[in-house]
Amino acid sequence: MSASAVATSAHTGPSMGRLWRKRIGRGLFWLLILVIIFYTIFPFYWAIVTSLKPKGELFATPVVLWPANATFSNYVTVLSAEFFRKAFFNSIIVAGSTVLLALAVGSIAAYALGRLRFRGQRLVLYTTLAMTTFPAIAILPSLFTMVRNPCVIFGGNCPEFSVFNTYTAMIIPYLTFSLPFTVWVLTNFFKTMPAELEQAAYVDGATAFQTFYMVLLPLTAPGLVTTGLLAFIGAWNELLFALTFTLDYNARTVPVAIANYAGSTPFEIPWGEIMAASIIVTIPLIVLVLIFQRRILAGLTAGAVKG
Amino acid sequence: MTEATAPQPTGKAPAKARSTAPSSTFAKSQERVGWLMTTPTVIVIILVALYPLARAFYLSLTNARLGSPRAPEFVGFSNYIDLFRDDIFIADVGQTIYFAAVSVALELVLGLGIALVINSNFKGRGLMRTAMLVPWAIPTVVSAQMWKWMFNDVYGVINDILVRKLGILSEPMAFLQSPTLALPAIIMVDVWKTTPFMALLLLAGLQVISADLYEAGSIDGATGWQSFRHITLPLLAPAILVAVIFRTLDALRVFDVIYVMTSGANRTESMAVYARRVLIDFQQLGYGSAVSVMIFVIIMLFVVLYLRLVRVEEV
Repeated sequence: MSASAVATSAHTGPSMGRLWRKRIGRGLFWLLILVIIFYTIFPFYWAIVTSLKPKGELFATPVVLWPANATFSNYVTVLSAEFFRKAFFNSIIVAGSTVLLALAVGSIAAYALGRLRFRGQRLVLYTTLAMTTFPAIAILPSLFTMVRNPCVIFGGNCPEFSVFNTYTAMIIPYLTFSLPFTVWVLTNFFKTMPAELEQAAYVDGATAFQTFYMVLLPLTAPGLVTTGLLAFIGAWNELLFALTFTLDYNARTVPVAIANYAGSTPFEIPWGEIMAASIIVTIPLIVLVLIFQRRILAGLTAGAVKG
Repeated sequence: MTEATAPQPTGKAPAKARSTAPSSTFAKSQERVGWLMTTPTVIVIILVALYPLARAFYLSLTNARLGSPRAPEFVGFSNYIDLFRDDIFIADVGQTIYFAAVSVALELVLGLGIALVINSNFKGRGLMRTAMLVPWAIPTVVSAQMWKWMFNDVYGVINDILVRKLGILSEPMAFLQSPTLALPAIIMVDVWKTTPFMALLLLAGLQVISADLYEAGSIDGATGWQSFRHITLPLLAPAILVAVIFRTLDALRVFDVIYVMTSGANRTESMAVYARRVLIDFQQLGYGSAVSVMIFVIIMLFVVLYLRLVRVEEV
């Protein structure tokens, strides 16, 4: 826009008013950017500052903008807490398993949906897509009964096989959001591949399945990374199922631990520790975002623009 | 690549014949393989979505309770009749729709502004794009705790800035304890967390608009506003629509941010928070299922509404 202003003013000669208007425009533009950056960054700054404050500075008025005696004691407390370490471990297992399961099941289906031709293809694709609009809360009550008594699926009764308070109680339900996304993005990925690749493999006598995992799957690596990351972040951050299908710290994941973080006394909320815990669980995500930002952006826009 | 991955070359002549003339046996084998490969996904969808949904509907027609030894009885639609008389549920539906409408509207306006700024090709836009992914990536639970602490009535930095630094307020306010301010405060947190996501979606839409159009516009003497109104907006409309649909459906099922910040107190309870409360705290499996099914119906109404909008847009 500013470039066009220069272009039109070129033959009339830059008048003083125009120049000033341009300068003010520039100034407002940068002010806007500063405001956006402040709004985005300040909460992070505040979380970090809070996590570094000793108790005396945490509960002080007026608020201390930078800790005079910065300390890592909150981090030490959080990291030495058994329940938090266990929650972190649980989250890694649950999110990792969700990714592997979604990719294994989803990539096979995506290949068939993207490359093969068979009856019912569209039905499967659109049912999968419709699942992205599915509110998790709508299936919470029935999943709750299924988790505690898996045989109800067959009309039976077997509370002794309950998966309540186990990783399974989260990993399987997490497929409701990770699988549709994986199938959708990877199907589009497979569709864009040149047909010659496949034909060459068929010429060489490969079966459809061999063609899939020996020829096409390696080529979808970027798509697998994208969908895997999004599934990981989704599972890492999920609260509703994790909160409802677990009971204690043996299975509870990070979001539940942080949402219900309680201090040593019921009278005081340990904000320093909560912020330290929040930063610890956010770091893996920020690292992933920084390394794979291009792939994440591609996945996000593919999911939305084509959806 | 293909040569490397196909280690056993077979006789060339018959293979060629098969590839040039796809016989009906080939189509048939595709049919079989296609079904074989999609079966795991179909099973998962039935297991974790379609069956649970059907079961929720069945349960909503009973008076089942969690942990109750007596067998549930079929009660017809009486749970749904109760639902329409349930003042808490009706209030929660209103609050949820208010939350969704205001937060999505704000996110759209702010997100569009940010997308336009980033799209104007200034230095450091790559950095800004990366920075914007961070609020999207962090757990909602974390962002809710961060803001809950900032909103703290005594030690919160927001009160400190408003009272001591800027002097806008005469005394600190308990934002999250106020029935009028708690929901707007939660909306502010949601806007903070998801505006960057909205901006990224819109940015993707902006980047496919050809620069030639703006050039042609400026030759014809269009002002900045005119080119925004007549070039950017119409061409961005599909991207805006998709982003708004996604965000609305997300906002209507809001749970995490409210659970952490107020647990639904002070007129902030959403439909999802209520559904979980009925199920877990009151142990009412039947009634809780009715609430859940109703939420599903309400969200599907929005889906249908939006799909009609998309159709109008296409015509």
